[in-house]
Amino acid sequence: MDPPLRAPLEIGFDYTRSLGPVLSQFMTALAQGRILAARAADGRVHAPPFEYDPVTAEPPAELIEVQPTGTVLSWSWAPAPLAGQPLEHPFAWALIRLDGADTAMLHAVDAGSAAAMRTGMAVRARWAAERTGHIRDIACFEPGTEPGPVPGPPDGHGRAGQEPVTMITTPVRLSYEHTASPAETAYLHGLAQGRLLGQRCPVCGKVYLPPRGACPTCGVPTADEVELPGTGTVTTFCVVNVPFTGQRVQPPYVAAQILIDGADIPIQHLVLGCEPAEVRMGMRVSAVWKPPEQWGTTAENIDHFRPTGEPDAPYQSYAHHL
Amino acid sequence: MTDVAVVGFAQSPCARHSDSTTSGVEMLVPIFGEVLAATGLSKNDIGFWCSGSSDYLAGRAFSFVQAVDAIGAFPPVMESHVEMDAAWALYEAWLKVLTGEAEIALAYGFGKSSAGVLRRVLALQLDPYLLAPLWPDSVSIAALQARVGLDAGLWTEKEMAEVAVRSRAAARDNPGAQLAGEYSSADLLAAPYVADPLRAHDCAPVSDGAAVAILAAGDRARELCPRPAWITGFEHRVDSAVLGARDLTAAPSATAAARAAGAVTGTGGVDTAELHAPFTHQELLLQRALGLGEGVRVNPSGGALCGNPMFAAGLARIGLAAKEIISGRADRALGHATSGPALQQNLVCVMEARS
Amino acid sequence: MKQQAAVLGVGQTRHRSRRADVSIAGLCREAVDRALDDAGLTLADIDAVVVGKAPDLFEGVMMPELYLADALGAIGKPLLRVHTAGSGGAATGIVATSLVEAGRHRRVLAVAFEKQSEPNAMWALSITPPFSMPVLAGAGGYFAPHIRSYIRRSGAPGHIGAMVAVKDRRNGSLNPYAHLQQADITLESVQASPMLWDPVRYDETCPSSDGACAVIIGDEEAARASDGPVAWIRATAMRTEPTMYSGKDHVNPRAGADCAAALCRQAGITAPAREIDVAEIYVPFSWFEPMWLENLGFAEPGQGWRLTEAGETGIGGSLPVNPSGGVLSSNPIGASGLLRFAESALQVMGKAGAHQVDGAAVALGHAYGGGSQYFSMWVVAATP
Repeated sequence: MDPPLRAPLEIGFDYTRSLGPVLSQFMTALAQGRILAARAADGRVHAPPFEYDPVTAEPPAELIEVQPTGTVLSWSWAPAPLAGQPLEHPFAWALIRLDGADTAMLHAVDAGSAAAMRTGMAVRARWAAERTGHIRDIACFEPGTEPGPVPGPPDGHGRAGQEPVTMITTPVRLSYEHTASPAETAYLHGLAQGRLLGQRCPVCGKVYLPPRGACPTCGVPTADEVELPGTGTVTTFCVVNVPFTGQRVQPPYVAAQILIDGADIPIQHLVLGCEPAEVRMGMRVSAVWKPPEQWGTTAENIDHFRPTGEPDAPYQSYAHHL
Repeated sequence: MTDVAVVGFAQSPCARHSDSTTSGVEMLVPIFGEVLAATGLSKNDIGFWCSGSSDYLAGRAFSFVQAVDAIGAFPPVMESHVEMDAAWALYEAWLKVLTGEAEIALAYGFGKSSAGVLRRVLALQLDPYLLAPLWPDSVSIAALQARVGLDAGLWTEKEMAEVAVRSRAAARDNPGAQLAGEYSSADLLAAPYVADPLRAHDCAPVSDGAAVAILAAGDRARELCPRPAWITGFEHRVDSAVLGARDLTAAPSATAAARAAGAVTGTGGVDTAELHAPFTHQELLLQRALGLGEGVRVNPSGGALCGNPMFAAGLARIGLAAKEIISGRADRALGHATSGPALQQNLVCVMEARS
Repeated sequence: MKQQAAVLGVGQTRHRSRRADVSIAGLCREAVDRALDDAGLTLADIDAVVVGKAPDLFEGVMMPELYLADALGAIGKPLLRVHTAGSGGAATGIVATSLVEAGRHRRVLAVAFEKQSEPNAMWALSITPPFSMPVLAGAGGYFAPHIRSYIRRSGAPGHIGAMVAVKDRRNGSLNPYAHLQQADITLESVQASPMLWDPVRYDETCPSSDGACAVIIGDEEAARASDGPVAWIRATAMRTEPTMYSGKDHVNPRAGADCAAALCRQAGITAPAREIDVAEIYVPFSWFEPMWLENLGFAEPGQGWRLTEAGETGIGGSLPVNPSGGVLSSNPIGASGLLRFAESALQVMGKAGAHQVDGAAVALGHAYGGGSQYFSMWVVAATP
């Protein structure tokens, strides 16, 4: 059996988050080079501020300013920073209790080496040159006892204290390795050869296309390979009229459930080669493959299905698949 | 209260880089077969199924949906899912047995941690406004916690290394373990830091794996298992998400859960504990937090440090603790599970044998 | 063995396409604070919290219950997070109910939410894994072919879907929390709206909403101690079938029918259409109303559309369906299921205001998720 096919899967989105009243004040102050904190019901000053008091679960009555300097309460060394972390060269993560606060804030310290870090050392915020009202307006912390310079107002943003910041944007990019199941791998290798390979469940005898990790009704792996033709019947369909991301074909077009001859479950695919209005439940279709030189281990080798012109399949022949 | 027991448990071997898909089906099918065979049950005997897993481990929304294929959910079944370690799925399954809606329940968990960069993905568990945009990885956060304890004299790097040595030695008897063997703390301490003050041996490996456990009530439990692990306490609690406001050397939620679950030590207390501690210092912290005395056998399986399939590892701790009872090696055992950064959320399940 | 449970209070947010005025925690607290107010309780009275929402990728926060622990007053308490796709909100309600029925807690807070505007809602749904065929039709395009199957099987006339849309959107205008409030919508305006996935038109599809819902469930003692009316939970049921399997009936899914049958058995209901006064059911695309009426046993297979056409599912009809405006008027995905449960409770508590069904004493709440895969339902009543 072939080893399972693997391929990279990158997902990414720039999330736009609304801040609400407390964090809006905090982020607006960051853009100005100031750090705000919240006083809890028990008197402890939390920097950064809480949205809801850990003891009373109430929002803070008011926010107060704390110093951009503080003390390292704990630290760890990051010798090989990961994507998105505050610095690209080795740095320390630290819990920093800002002067005026009772709790600690988690951020980075650009200390140069682990030898320069110690619990109890004094650090100060290093402000980013361009600030938008975001936790990264603090680029990182650095050793020091006096507040550092606050670079001038951000160019062209007009944000320095004029407009409250209500949103932040957080890009999230993650890399994964996707693995196909053994059954799917066999199916994909078949596709690469221009063949449609389904698998039969040893318990219920149904032929699944594409085959799955286990027969969904029986919970056992399917194994018997069944080669299927490229012809089939449209069981049901819709006409896609709406544009959306990733579309290949200009709407309107038909997305159909197609029961391949010999399979026991329909697949979803496009029906092209006729007017969408001509497509009917029961219509006979056959697969139109891309040119062989474009084939890979992918379901995209079949470009679409087209009507064969045969008489429609009788309703009873596919009704139980609806 | 209805008497409910763990009557069966199975886990897939923990692997660094399995061939399974992120839907877990390939890891689940064999262990479903194993646990059903061991109890003489068929899938139709299961009154309630509950799973634990995470979309973010898979990088896909609804990634738990395909796992249901491993069940063979036809005719339709009563089934639910938590986006948490399957220890909490076991808790939900326990509820269904308590209410009488199911006589036999099955909980399963799975995680293909190797699909993504695990320690980076876990940064997304943090505050989305104040922390996640900095991407603090899970190892660095654990390292911060370790240092607080080191500074306070609660543990030493040598004691942490000894946890790894003991775990790997014990894991030699666990065929499902990913890491096992004879090590010396001197050798381990000679290795460089990966996240000062943590070294590689202080951190659980990245593991792919799955686990499954079966619960049954009263007489049914006695029919299915000669020596069921009867649940006498099952509790969980959560602490604040604000790392900078917590005492990181304590786990109040673990202490509270253990107290509520009646995990008494000493005479009449637990003799064995499986602790879900992905970092060596956390095992030391939890022993203290759960009030486990010196006589308690901790992590006879090697624990998460020898195999940590995300979202199954907590369930595995409970299942392995149950197995100690079922096999006759323990009379009263505790299984612990954790969720979130630096032991934010904790669950304790106390089980005992009865004559 | 099973303890009695009741809904003590209900709260929800004003659902909107974008709630840019609150953080994720703030969105949840708006619903939670209203529920506490409704029940005459504070967070200190809550013994356990159950959070429900749809995939984490929607908001880009992994296991958000961890971040929300402080905001939800859950520190030091048990906290669970349920995720069963679209039915998740309802499953959240059922898990909270189980905690009380199992005798574990006196009062449990169930909260479900979605802040879909943070990504765009379609993004997480359209991630195509390698080797797969890219999503061909969009979310609605998955369900539209099965609607066509229903129309063919039942012989229903083509205007039924539009009738549901008109009813639900007008109901929405009676609900101050609904996202879409369209008092002036007409059959003609719906039928003139753009065809998105033939046979489903724009006005027949659910919106994408930011929103949250909170329900407080208590035991008998807590219910009797309550100053206001409560909704007694007579029965709950959940069923799952595979999303896809050979021979699956997408129009009348077996899991839905089994779930409804189990629910009615538990509640002692033999003639649902007669014994249930109002139903809040999960209708994200208009035609699901007649389909679910049949699946739930309110009508014989192929006959559900007649109830709609005769106006019986309107607020003044014999079986009002979705007097709140339903999912067609508000759809914060993770919360929508709990909203159905919450609205059913409001009806028998007599607190549904302008969309109250007169004399509603027994109500059904229903949700489904995935590709008609997960079903969660409950029956609540004005008396135990």
